[in-house]
Amino acid sequence: MTTSDTAITSDSVDSGARARVTEVLRANADAIADRWVQLQLEQALLGSDLTESELHEEADALVAALAAALDGDAPVRRLAYSDRDLNRIVTDLSLRRARGGASPTVTSLAVLALKQVLLEHLRGATRESDELLAAAVLINQLLDVAGALSFEVYVEGREAIIHRQSHQLLEMSTPVVRLWRQVLAVPLIGTLDTARTQVVMENLLQAIQDDEALVAIIDITGVPTVDTAVAQHLLQTVNAVRLMGADCVISGIRPPIAQTIAQLGIDLSTILTRATLADALAAAIKITDAPGPDGTDGR
Amino acid sequence: MTGSHAGTTRAPQRADKVVPAHHSTESSTHPVASEEDLLSIRHAVRAATLHAGFGIVDQTRVVTAASELARNAYVHGGGGTLTLDIVRRLGTTGVRLTVEDDGPGIEDIEEAFTDGFTTGAGLGHGLGGARRLMDEFTLSSTAGRGTVVTATRWNNRRAP
Repeated sequence: MTTSDTAITSDSVDSGARARVTEVLRANADAIADRWVQLQLEQALLGSDLTESELHEEADALVAALAAALDGDAPVRRLAYSDRDLNRIVTDLSLRRARGGASPTVTSLAVLALKQVLLEHLRGATRESDELLAAAVLINQLLDVAGALSFEVYVEGREAIIHRQSHQLLEMSTPVVRLWRQVLAVPLIGTLDTARTQVVMENLLQAIQDDEALVAIIDITGVPTVDTAVAQHLLQTVNAVRLMGADCVISGIRPPIAQTIAQLGIDLSTILTRATLADALAAAIKITDAPGPDGTDGR
Repeated sequence: MTGSHAGTTRAPQRADKVVPAHHSTESSTHPVASEEDLLSIRHAVRAATLHAGFGIVDQTRVVTAASELARNAYVHGGGGTLTLDIVRRLGTTGVRLTVEDDGPGIEDIEEAFTDGFTTGAGLGHGLGGARRLMDEFTLSSTAGRGTVVTATRWNNRRAP
């Protein structure tokens, strides 16, 4: 446990400085908070959507949390992570700015601007240069980590949004809808890569089983480009549907796509294709209405 | 049809629209290193064909050909680049695709163009299909040193 040992040692050496900084934070809480807000406004370290009163609220909370965190005996370097209140306030601050459109650099600079304010006040509180230096080191340790945390939170927040959106997109773009008795349809939107094909196929095959469907219509009106890879994925899906004992109709083949498929030399002649979803539905109903082997209507 | 199909004869070359032949005015290079890159390439090529005034059928042809060639470079060539040029010559504008990779190269070029021939898991129509979709098409490949494909399609819509 060498790291925690050194941390404790360095903390105990700086305990005087720690008490001093805590005292300064407590005694000048309002002045420090106001000055910090002023600095942020001056240096344009803000995104939109933040009112001055919100900023003051935020600043008051941060100053109080810093004082409370320093009052304990946890290592200064980790306070931004280990102190629950301080961590939450820095995280909220960062997320609020991320939503307001501020860049991560500006957000962490805003946190770091608090250093300047604290140092200004410290200079008024002590004239001992040793004490001043020790306190300055402590302030740097504390706020550098807080600045880094705000940057990290910002980036993580963005990544989480991107991740969620790509998942939503994958889900949203592959619905299986019941169009008629025993007729299902998948309106495809966007590109059909291997991952999408997998999702479409799973959803469709499951729906065929659940609905005891006889025909699945894959509508490609919303697929901008049908190249050989997309065609291959379509063929795979059709084959899987047929293995389930259902028929497959591909609809929404627009004139430019038809010409391109023909010129590429892709053979879709084994698959029932229709220009529009309406035509495909008519064809599907004809299939489901066809008499079954025992002379009934096949239902 | 408004005269944008393949068989239409080229617009008559008009003296008042003389531009230096093959004078490239715009050029952009795109990486081909992932499935997402193929998507960006299709968008960029679509935008270029729109800019060159292509009809919807020719837009689709060029975008599809670019998708095939870029996928070849990605799957078989281990990645590379696609360079997109708007080219002009007497009376017409074109879009030129140059796809390069440093892959293993193509051993038998004739065979590679044959429909249904594939060394991978694809349908085997990509290269031959791309050639049919474009007006001009050259491929040079050295075994072990990669492949360069240059393909151009001219806007064959009549000038308005």
